[in-house]
Amino acid sequence: MGASDIDLGGRWRLHPQVALRPERFGALAYHFGTRRLSFLKSRRLLDVVQGLEAAPDPAAACRAAGVEEAELPSYRRALVTLAETGMIVPAERGTLLSHSESKSPQGVAA
Amino acid sequence: MKLVEEFELGLDAPICITWELTYACNLACVHCLSSSGRRDPRELTTAEAKGVIEELERMQVFYVNIGGGEPTVRKDFWELLDHAAAHHVGVKFSTNGSRIDAAAAAVNDAVRGPGSFDTALGALERLHTAGFEKPKISVVVTRQNAGQLDDFKAIADRYGAQLRITRLRPSGRGADVWDELHPTADQQRSLYMWLLEHGEEVLTGDSFFHLSAFGEALPGLNLCGAGRVVCLIDPVGDVYACPFAIHDEFLAGNVREPRGFEGVWRDSELFTELRRPQSGGACESCGHYDACRGGCMAAKFFTGLPLDGPDPECALGHGEGLLAARGEDLAIPAPAVDHSRKRPPSRVCDENPLADFIAKA
Repeated sequence: MGASDIDLGGRWRLHPQVALRPERFGALAYHFGTRRLSFLKSRRLLDVVQGLEAAPDPAAACRAAGVEEAELPSYRRALVTLAETGMIVPAERGTLLSHSESKSPQGVAA
Repeated sequence: MKLVEEFELGLDAPICITWELTYACNLACVHCLSSSGRRDPRELTTAEAKGVIEELERMQVFYVNIGGGEPTVRKDFWELLDHAAAHHVGVKFSTNGSRIDAAAAAVNDAVRGPGSFDTALGALERLHTAGFEKPKISVVVTRQNAGQLDDFKAIADRYGAQLRITRLRPSGRGADVWDELHPTADQQRSLYMWLLEHGEEVLTGDSFFHLSAFGEALPGLNLCGAGRVVCLIDPVGDVYACPFAIHDEFLAGNVREPRGFEGVWRDSELFTELRRPQSGGACESCGHYDACRGGCMAAKFFTGLPLDGPDPECALGHGEGLLAARGEDLAIPAPAVDHSRKRPPSRVCDENPLADFIAKA
């Protein structure tokens, strides 16, 4: 699945099987279904992810978390990566297609 | 700061921990990292173990790797698994029912004991028939089986299993056989090439990060996570920096202390020290230090090498020279605890992991 296949429109949310744990550098995200570990490389990205469900779309969640207009593309890329790995899902659906377990933890930076 | 550097400073809680539930085991593998065999009378009670699980939930430790000994020997094994699941702590567990060491039974059985290869394949077959999804086959890479990685992969594929290969460490009884069993320099390079090709399809517990010094980094976290992102809780509740470092030098505390596991993780003197910036020592001037970070602390310690120098299996060969130069009188540290049986089991004994189930059937 390439970045261009993901439509980040509409309301998104954290996958119900994903746990977020804040850390000094940002946060760890662990998906209990796929057993995949991801790293959110900034506290602001954590704020964005936590604010997804309350916002009408991801761009609005970014602005609400204080992301500048010029930074929006890099945050978009980070969210696409999280969507590709099933960490975040469209809010109307609880789950995406199942993903196979990957051994490689993934760093997600905005 | 790079993520790997952040991790070296330690996390608020481990990503995962290894938890060895018991030292009792019905096998007597010659390379056992924890010198298991006999149960320890001081092992954590069911209530204490449940208390640890609840603490892990509070700290948001995502999952535990349960091992031993043979963890299914504990009568409360499934009860503890249920307790962990109910408290949002994920569980992965290792059992010798699904552990194999070689695609050739003879090689496996020489290390793990007669019949253990067939037992493992039988368990895989039954898991497969019962619809258990994606079990893992765990293989420790040795000089004898290093050429059979493709065969292991084929066995795993046949049973819908995932292959997990890990490094042989000179820990526990492994210290007695490491000299003869650890892969040769040529085998290390072949292993590295194999991992570059298949690294995304197999699990390794990131145990081969020292080989990243051959060139391109291997998939996974390329750092020693001891006391920084992982640790070990042993059957009596002792907290060590890593599963391969069961020695007083790496003992941070015990879960039975008033400060609990959380206090040991956050404040113990040892873990605080491990999270300080470390000196690369003799490795600091090496152009590959960023790739291998000096390798495995336990491998150095239990071969008598300095901790701030090269790994005994250094990709550039610096370890071999140091191993050869060790003096006759060098005292190599022995493991702190040894639960090895005095002699191998001669009959299906009370420690057979299936004894209880058979009795109830």
